[in-house]
Amino acid sequence: MSRDLSGAREVLDGDDVARALTRIAHEVVERNRGAADLVLLGIPKRGVPLAHRLAERISAAEGIDVPVGALDVTMYRDDLRLRPARALEPTDIPPGGVDDRTVVLVDDVLFSGRTIRAALTALEDIGRPRAVRLVVLVDRGHRQLPIRADHVGKNIPTSLVESVKVRLAETDGHDGVLLDKPAHDTQAPDEQQEATP
Amino acid sequence: MIRHLLSAGDLSLDDATLVLDTADEMARLTEGRAVKKLPTLRGRTVVNLFFEDSTRTRTSFELAAKRLSADVVNFSAKGSSLSKGESLKDTALTLEAMGADGVVVRHSASGAPYRLATSGWINACVVNAGDGTHEHPTQALLDAFTMRRHLGELAGKRIVIVGDVLHSRVARSNVLLLATLGADVTLVAPPTLLPNGVDAWPCATSYDLDGALAGADAVMMLRVQSERMNAAFFPSAREYSRRYGLDTRRQRLMPPEALVLHPGPMNRGMEITAEVADSARSVIVEQVTNGVYVRMAVLYLMLAGTNSEEAA
Repeated sequence: MSRDLSGAREVLDGDDVARALTRIAHEVVERNRGAADLVLLGIPKRGVPLAHRLAERISAAEGIDVPVGALDVTMYRDDLRLRPARALEPTDIPPGGVDDRTVVLVDDVLFSGRTIRAALTALEDIGRPRAVRLVVLVDRGHRQLPIRADHVGKNIPTSLVESVKVRLAETDGHDGVLLDKPAHDTQAPDEQQEATP
Repeated sequence: MIRHLLSAGDLSLDDATLVLDTADEMARLTEGRAVKKLPTLRGRTVVNLFFEDSTRTRTSFELAAKRLSADVVNFSAKGSSLSKGESLKDTALTLEAMGADGVVVRHSASGAPYRLATSGWINACVVNAGDGTHEHPTQALLDAFTMRRHLGELAGKRIVIVGDVLHSRVARSNVLLLATLGADVTLVAPPTLLPNGVDAWPCATSYDLDGALAGADAVMMLRVQSERMNAAFFPSAREYSRRYGLDTRRQRLMPPEALVLHPGPMNRGMEITAEVADSARSVIVEQVTNGVYVRMAVLYLMLAGTNSEEAA
């Protein structure tokens, strides 16, 4: 993770990220016809702060608190055996649970779709939501499963050798989305799950 | 993460913290949810190889493996070829032929898990579930996990371990792990029940229980292991209990928030009185619950990833 990002191109700056989240917050409420029965679940790491920011915006617009939580999918991944065991991130389901509610999964980058597949399986063990929707800040394409996002901050067409880095104030000190084409094509697998197809 | 869990002393501070943090997540993932099972170890086989009697450790490992969807096979000395005199090597080769991914082993001989892990007989990961009077690393991990839940980080905390240290694999593993975690450990026992070379252990020793109790954050009582005692280590059970047993009077010498632990099975009335064992500060039952989470964490970290050398 200590790769030099000086060659990276910023495709979204902090203001763009903020505007995208505001738009998505309104889209989520519009689609749901209000904020009642919504549960936002962020996928660690960066989906969690994104989910909290969306919840703040929805609460500000609709005047009701939206439950926010975190859903770690590590134990449900299909590539566990391909790598050393990974440390788990926190899972935190709001006290009301997910039964008969609309769960909005929030992640930073949508790539192969395998993380979301794992999240859907994980959700199955927690309860039975009325519906599940997907919010991502960036959709970079190259899906390997029949999965699509309901609300997208920005579609960024990429090649497979490029990597998309989402930076958030909560985890990285500032907001932004970088598109990086490494000098060497022998790129080390990124820590971020989305970066590996 | 290490490939085999043979000794609590093999765990670095990072490894130990990773296990405890993972156990925290396991607790959160299985408490109060619709489906308590996780699919993580589906298709992996865990063998419980118990050459010595055990109820809680074997059940705990079995439950942990099943919660992670592994297939579990139990071998116990009674009712298997082990009681017909099969050697450890032949048993190991049998397990290897059956395709075990993880072997949880308890043996009355100190060092048996080490032999199993390093002999080249099997490829599976080996978890020591208690070997002779040597070590019981998952017990130490669950004790540390339980204390951490109540006391916060263990660095600088004062832990007193009392009783039959000589025969206790629990004490040795606890001393090694707690030293790694930065806790101050004091062993209290009659001189006859302290092992040779205990002064080289990373802990203090004392013969005076009353003096050690003031200022303790947690007190761990050890079982008097009469089955391993082939000589007279103390004059009588009554005298032992009077000098080294934890009763209500002694509990009052402890700070009010101090915890009471016991690895079980308890000899009520010997090393601990029933009132203390059932008191509000006793976390003995919670230790059993936490054992499942800690063993889930260990099995997950050792078995979920690649089994190749670079993963070790």
